[in-house]
Amino acid sequence: MSSVTSPVRTPLVTSGKSIHDVTEDICRQVEGKPTRSWMMGMAISLTALALGAYATFVLLWEGIGVWGLNKTVGWAWDITNFVWWVGIGHAGTLISAILLLFRQKWRMSINRAAEAMTIFAVICAAMFPLFHMGRLWLGFYWALPLPNTFGSLWVNFNSPLLWDVFAISTYFTVSLVFWYIGLIPDFATIRDRAKNKISQAVYGALSFGWTGGAKAWMRYESVALILAGLATPLVLSVHTIVSFDFATSVIPGWHTTIFPPYFVAGAIFSGFAMVLTLMIVTRAMFKLEDYITIGHIELMNIVIIITGSIVGIAYITELFIAWYSGVQAEQYAFLNRVSGPYWWAYWTMMTCNVISPQLFWVKKIRTSIVATFILSIIVNIGMWFERFVIIVTSLHRDYLPSSWAMFFPTKYDVGVYLFSFGFFFTAFLLFSKFFPVINIAEVKSIIKTDSEKL
Amino acid sequence: MSDEKYVFRPERKRFLAITAIIGVVLVVIGILTTSSGGGHAEEEHSLVNAMSESLLASVEKDVALVAESTEGEGHGSETWLKRLFANLWMNNVYFTGLAIIGLCFVAIQYAASAGWSAGLKRIPLSMASWLPIAFVLMIVVWLVGNHDIFHWTHTDLYAAEGGDEILKGKQAFFYWPLEGTSGMPVFFVIRMVVFFGLWYLFFTWIKREMLAEDLDGKTSHWFKLRKLSAIFLVIFAVSSSVSAWDWVMSIDPHWFSTMFGWYVFASWWVSGLALITYSVARLKERGYLSVINANHLHDLGKFVFAFSIFWTYIWFSQFLLIYYANIPEETVYFVERMTTAPYSWVFYVNLLMNFALPFLLFMTRDSKRHISMLKLVCPLVLIGHWFDFYMMVNPGIMQENGGIGFMEIGMTLVYGSAFVYIMLNSLSKMPLVAKNHPMLQESLHHHI
Repeated sequence: MSSVTSPVRTPLVTSGKSIHDVTEDICRQVEGKPTRSWMMGMAISLTALALGAYATFVLLWEGIGVWGLNKTVGWAWDITNFVWWVGIGHAGTLISAILLLFRQKWRMSINRAAEAMTIFAVICAAMFPLFHMGRLWLGFYWALPLPNTFGSLWVNFNSPLLWDVFAISTYFTVSLVFWYIGLIPDFATIRDRAKNKISQAVYGALSFGWTGGAKAWMRYESVALILAGLATPLVLSVHTIVSFDFATSVIPGWHTTIFPPYFVAGAIFSGFAMVLTLMIVTRAMFKLEDYITIGHIELMNIVIIITGSIVGIAYITELFIAWYSGVQAEQYAFLNRVSGPYWWAYWTMMTCNVISPQLFWVKKIRTSIVATFILSIIVNIGMWFERFVIIVTSLHRDYLPSSWAMFFPTKYDVGVYLFSFGFFFTAFLLFSKFFPVINIAEVKSIIKTDSEKL
Repeated sequence: MSDEKYVFRPERKRFLAITAIIGVVLVVIGILTTSSGGGHAEEEHSLVNAMSESLLASVEKDVALVAESTEGEGHGSETWLKRLFANLWMNNVYFTGLAIIGLCFVAIQYAASAGWSAGLKRIPLSMASWLPIAFVLMIVVWLVGNHDIFHWTHTDLYAAEGGDEILKGKQAFFYWPLEGTSGMPVFFVIRMVVFFGLWYLFFTWIKREMLAEDLDGKTSHWFKLRKLSAIFLVIFAVSSSVSAWDWVMSIDPHWFSTMFGWYVFASWWVSGLALITYSVARLKERGYLSVINANHLHDLGKFVFAFSIFWTYIWFSQFLLIYYANIPEETVYFVERMTTAPYSWVFYVNLLMNFALPFLLFMTRDSKRHISMLKLVCPLVLIGHWFDFYMMVNPGIMQENGGIGFMEIGMTLVYGSAFVYIMLNSLSKMPLVAKNHPMLQESLHHHI
């Protein structure tokens, strides 16, 4: 890496932190007692988890009939939530892999938390197809290509739903390994500082006997680069295959060739929005304003403008080509989205995803923490509605008008969604308390190269 | 640092002129051989008609239309003339792409605050000098050859009785505010003029600002360039997709694909990257660009490698989704190209040259750092994407009468040498390296 920094660049870490300050600032919340705000957050998350667990239990006990699905809309909140969570699970690996390949040093302050978010979001996503199977305990037979001797037939290799199983499990594995390897040197730092026996033992085990020797660092860096190279096509492939779930069909509104890259862009869009939501809270909770600076927030907001605009171009392309194609079914599908009974969902999506991110063109807005926090939540609402619009509006107008129907969620639809939120925030809060939320070792490498120090 | 300048030597100019003359001679030979060998096409007529009937069996009107258009009654020039127009148009699209990608690359470097590329931005900038010529060629070829290139320009298709119902549905995209029967595609032409106008305007502004920085060395130019670049990229994001629909997708007027705009962009982008990389490598080899070392070449090589994969991703996504859904109106596009005699080999060569070869040859670190390897792979990618544009443009115009022969090779030599002449001429008129670029020190110390 070059050690010369141009005068037009702003420093990545502010307040002139020394290497020791970095260790102190980031280890503080791991070693100290939980803060009040953390306890409160945990209480809310656990409540959501408990309420959601009840809904999930009823779902598993009674079967998916408790959801609001009907014979026309056979997929609704379950698959919407699945795609939404998988999408959120993209930013982590994007930040660590693609931004690593593009040598974007600002990623170092946020990649750890973003990767953790990825892992929890992918777990949340995976819940929904498993629950939708009705009999969760048979899921392995139905989803994995186990031979016929187990008593069931081979899975359908032509189905993109099966490709999903492979894509997501691969993505999850690589993301987990990537995240964990990054954590090892920092676990060792905490181990070396630990005062009590339990911490020493736990962090000692977690750090895999890290020595910090030159050889160890060399291997650490080459593994990071190899995993980044592996993870980059995976980021694209996962959401590409998720988009295939719809686009390989002949259902109007689903069969459209732009889906793969457009879904990937949308995933990065929502993922960055979720990273922003979490990081704005984390930086305030743990006093990390010097590491996650306004500069970081601004850069993430720029990523939001770019991906939001790409998604916007894709929406307009779809509308235009539906008209241009002259295919009546396509034209109707899009007219129905825009002005049919679900018009409000479509316009919520358009407003939240395409119009509101354009506010970030104003420097005042993209450097304002309050505005960023609000907009990051709006973007995720919009991205949930995007999947809902694609899925429900295309399904609810069946080929036969006698089969036309509407979808109304039940409290179990809401409850299981709440369960995934409860799980996500509980997991994230546990992570942020017991693991270093910022990569200590990597951030130390950028405090010296700032232009201020030259 | 002293001002480094590229010298456009007379022998280089002479070489380009001779190449262009050879190109013209080949085109003439091509015309002569094509116009004398007309009987060949007749035999395949029945075959093509049978194919289109089986594809469009459910839509009787369309069968009649396809049969009519393949017989070339009423409209359509001689095969050789049609083929000439097809060639002119595909080279227009291909070289316009190389020019605008030059500007797009420069804009991305500024918008992303990239430091590593500070020393090489004059090369992509000079590529964009082709834009005004590309515009003139585009307009002239369109005015002369539109009936042969674009099926939708025929007014009889919009007749109340016996017209083409699908094209009537989309006439507003071409003819607004007029009707298709007027024969004046106002909206289409306005778009062409506006896109080239905006691209050229931003090229002029960006170039002026870059050269002004050389003189006074203020960093304010860099900040202004970053702003200009961001605005240009927004405009280009929209105009690149729409121009792909206009200039390429509408050649097959019934066919549609939402991916197409990004597909054309992906192809333009990776060919532009290959040309930038090749030019930088050649200039370095000839002793220019002292600020560039193996690390910069490595980064450029990585771009070509990565975006070759990206192009393949877009290609495959579009192909797979159409193949899998198997809707005849959409699959016909690939049937015409993949299983029809004059084109099927190009279909596979396209994948070989644009995916397999760059993927394997640029896999190792060393291959991207050595000029000899860059000089091998980048031309492969450039030729490969020429085939890609050939596949997008020519089969739609020529149907079963197409082919790759003297005319195609000759025309590309003419365009290629003209493009290189304009590019090098523009390069020789500005300092080769931006000595006051605020990122130049970063670029000089770039090490990967």
